[in-house]
Amino acid sequence: MSNQQETFGRTIVVVLAVCLVCSIVVAGAAVGLRSLQIANKEIDKQKNILAVADLETDKSVSEIFASNIETKLVDLTTGEFAEGVDAASYDQRKAAKDPQQSVRLTAEQNVAGIGRRANLATVYLVSDDNGELQSIILPVHGAGLWSTMYAFVAIKPDANTIDAITYYDQGETPGLGGEVENPRWRALWEGKELFDENGVPAIKVIKGQAPADSKHEIDGLSGATLTSVGVQHTFSFWLGEQGFGPFLKKVREGALNNG
Amino acid sequence: MANSNELKEVLTSPIVSNNPIALQILGVCSALAVTTTLQNAVVMTLAVLFVTAFSNLFISMIRNYIPNSVRIIVQMAIIASLVILVDQVLKAYAYGLSKQLSVYIGLIITNCIVMGRAEAFAMKNKPFPSFMDGIGNGLGYGFILVIVGGIRELFGAGALFGIEILPLTSNGGWYQANGLLLLPPSAFFIIGGIIWAMRTLRPEQIEPKE
Repeated sequence: MSNQQETFGRTIVVVLAVCLVCSIVVAGAAVGLRSLQIANKEIDKQKNILAVADLETDKSVSEIFASNIETKLVDLTTGEFAEGVDAASYDQRKAAKDPQQSVRLTAEQNVAGIGRRANLATVYLVSDDNGELQSIILPVHGAGLWSTMYAFVAIKPDANTIDAITYYDQGETPGLGGEVENPRWRALWEGKELFDENGVPAIKVIKGQAPADSKHEIDGLSGATLTSVGVQHTFSFWLGEQGFGPFLKKVREGALNNG
Repeated sequence: MANSNELKEVLTSPIVSNNPIALQILGVCSALAVTTTLQNAVVMTLAVLFVTAFSNLFISMIRNYIPNSVRIIVQMAIIASLVILVDQVLKAYAYGLSKQLSVYIGLIITNCIVMGRAEAFAMKNKPFPSFMDGIGNGLGYGFILVIVGGIRELFGAGALFGIEILPLTSNGGWYQANGLLLLPPSAFFIIGGIIWAMRTLRPEQIEPKE
């Protein structure tokens, strides 16, 4: 390299020129592709919801969402639908971090290991093409062994019988706890009942195999005791008083039938 | 410089005889993380290929203007911009894949292969050979990644590209999946095995005893 290149002024000029070109390229890509990226994120979430809703139709993801699925917000304390907040743009994960929009759970309440809980929770009401309510989809999450596991639970309009569950975001050990995503294990949940005769949360993830006629028990994941316990705690929490308990009670009493 | 034999040599030598992972032992970190499935390995390969090729090209084009005292920073700025570009494009056009590869696309910035080739080759050679060198090294990286990804997905999950090859016992088949292969340490064993095989076939790759 010649000495001429090493002068102070020249170094500055070259560095500034490189930075300018690079920043134009990066900023251009970020701005130009943003709308596509946001749309992708939305579709990804909708796909997960549809996977658990199990709607049989040949419409595209966003079409089904527009016609068959109603997004609602539930005030978890009262169990009533919340008005005045735009359900489509509400971000429950963000809200759970915001002291204005969430509550800190006491050690006793913090069964699922999530620390804070948003005041409002999103629920999805799925109807068939005739507008009849097919299922209610509840988002739940709780700590597993390594990660917070996020799932959707679809329940029948009786607010008691499980239609399907899907874990869509988790970081458990692949092949062990990661088997929460296994379709065969998820299929075990179908038809189980969330509450016993007295309305008490009754879902139990047990070690080994659940008896075939059991209404509330699900096989634990072999080799993943702590993940199974996490799943158990997630359901205990979200079915309880701090979770969807009040809302589901209202639904069982017929809150959705009148309109 | 630009005769076709030398160009061919620049392009092909990194694949086997001067492989960035197996001989230069560069870029092993990402090779462990993204090889759980063949699809991830292929996408990661394409991303690294693009970045090494174009970072080499651009750095070589301005190599006579880069002041020696800040050359690493200038190289990093170019590499980082290219990586962000790849990341943004993946997020826009292949969202599922970019979610799976998550931070590892961003970490191409720190992939030693890119930086190593820029410093060792592109700073001293003309743009076109540098571009070829970038492609060659990207292919060499991909060659190992695809082998490791193929072995891990086939024996760890009984599938290739997500298509079931060996029916798993957990889905009612006969093959008991090897869970270890889905975890990062298995890639160490496989890469170690590949290096051993390559050095057995090509004894000239063995370092002299110190």
